[in-house]
Amino acid sequence: MIVNFTHKQSAHCESGVVSNLLRFHGLDFDEPMVFGIGSGLFFSYLPFIKVNGIPVAAYRIWPGQIFKRFSERIGIKIETKKFSSPAKAMVALDQMLEKGQPVGMLTSVFYLNYLPAAYRFHFNAHNIIVFGKENGNYLVSDPVMEYTTEISYEDLVRARFAKGMPEPSGRMYYPVQIPSDYSLEKALWKGIKQTSDHMTRIPVPIVGSKGMKYLAKRLRYWPERIGDRKAIQWLGNLIRMQEEIGTGGAGFRFIYAAFLDQASIKLQNEKLFNLSKQLTKSGDQLRDFAYYAGRVCKNRKSDTRTFAELADMLEACAQREQEIFQELYDVSKSK
Amino acid sequence: MEKDQVPQDQENLNEGKLAKLYYATDDKGHYVKVNSIGWEPETVAMQQAWDVVNGEVEEARRKVMEGKASPLLYYMKKNIMTPSLVGSYASTLSVMVRLHCYPYFFKRLSRKKLEKYAYTFRITVEELTDIDLLKKNDR
Repeated sequence: MIVNFTHKQSAHCESGVVSNLLRFHGLDFDEPMVFGIGSGLFFSYLPFIKVNGIPVAAYRIWPGQIFKRFSERIGIKIETKKFSSPAKAMVALDQMLEKGQPVGMLTSVFYLNYLPAAYRFHFNAHNIIVFGKENGNYLVSDPVMEYTTEISYEDLVRARFAKGMPEPSGRMYYPVQIPSDYSLEKALWKGIKQTSDHMTRIPVPIVGSKGMKYLAKRLRYWPERIGDRKAIQWLGNLIRMQEEIGTGGAGFRFIYAAFLDQASIKLQNEKLFNLSKQLTKSGDQLRDFAYYAGRVCKNRKSDTRTFAELADMLEACAQREQEIFQELYDVSKSK
Repeated sequence: MEKDQVPQDQENLNEGKLAKLYYATDDKGHYVKVNSIGWEPETVAMQQAWDVVNGEVEEARRKVMEGKASPLLYYMKKNIMTPSLVGSYASTLSVMVRLHCYPYFFKRLSRKKLEKYAYTFRITVEELTDIDLLKKNDR
């Protein structure tokens, strides 16, 4: 059984899955629109939470939120199911496919063997769509891939029931009710307002543009504090968080700028386009940061001066984003 | 980033399987979608992360050869797992996993426990317990 389904590649897995699933159900939202309305952009640096001994820096909100916020704002009802046993989960999946419904699900990247080996770490919050079954293999639309692929039964079971943090527990989801009428304008402004509000106005120093400034401050002293070898490892991790698969470049800044660009046309608001241009510049700065950081990692030599320079770059970027999102807040406040 | 500046670095880790999607601007500042086959800084950062993993795997292999560790340690490192992650797959405590990384405790494991560990790494019990297999893996 194969569901007639159009796959479009996207930069980010969560917004891509939502965009592809909704297109099947007759709602056409481009990926940046989903990302923007779902308020996907964020920044947080959490030095007290460490993964493999490296503090967490995230350029986006936590997994699952984009989907949740987006469907709330457009008025889509989503059914999410969680399973206790793999057998039950696979039967439920087969039943949905039998009904002709593509199904979104949470998986672990480690078991998706169609991805290049270099990407396959234990990351348990990757979203894919399964839209058919052929010769015992499942047909997969992975939003980060150019084309649709296949996965075997065993691999899919492993991916859906991976252990660790967070556990997917076979979670799958599909829309059950699509609104016939919704206010796009309202949803757009709501998304913009929340993002700009969270980026500038949360009174905690480790989130939003303040968080970026805080990271810059800490990064400056990494070589002294943790030694050269570790400092370079941490820096490499930061590049990966910013540029690896699913970010669309510059830690989601380009996707969000694309959203502002599209929103400015939908809302006929020239200011948003201006801000999109400014955010593009800020994204370019982040790309420069990643470029120089990559140099430091490649040469495996760090002296405090290079780290100080990198910190300056990041700080300038934080300052610019503070201004951009402050302006965005002012624009969206009255809407 | 302008669309003709989207990096296309030949040296990448994508094995030709993947050309990621980027958002880049056209000459008027509007966004378009462009595919990219790779970018050096990202490749460097990724390679660095794998170097750390591979270093740990190699060290584990050496320890197993010297009889200081059990094959469990090797397969754990090879699958980029931690004792607690192995524990949740094999439904045991991470402390026990740590203990079983020593040959003394590993040798005393029942067939049932070994099967659970083998299941975790998707290999057979014979493969899990056969140390000679690691010798041949000499790179």
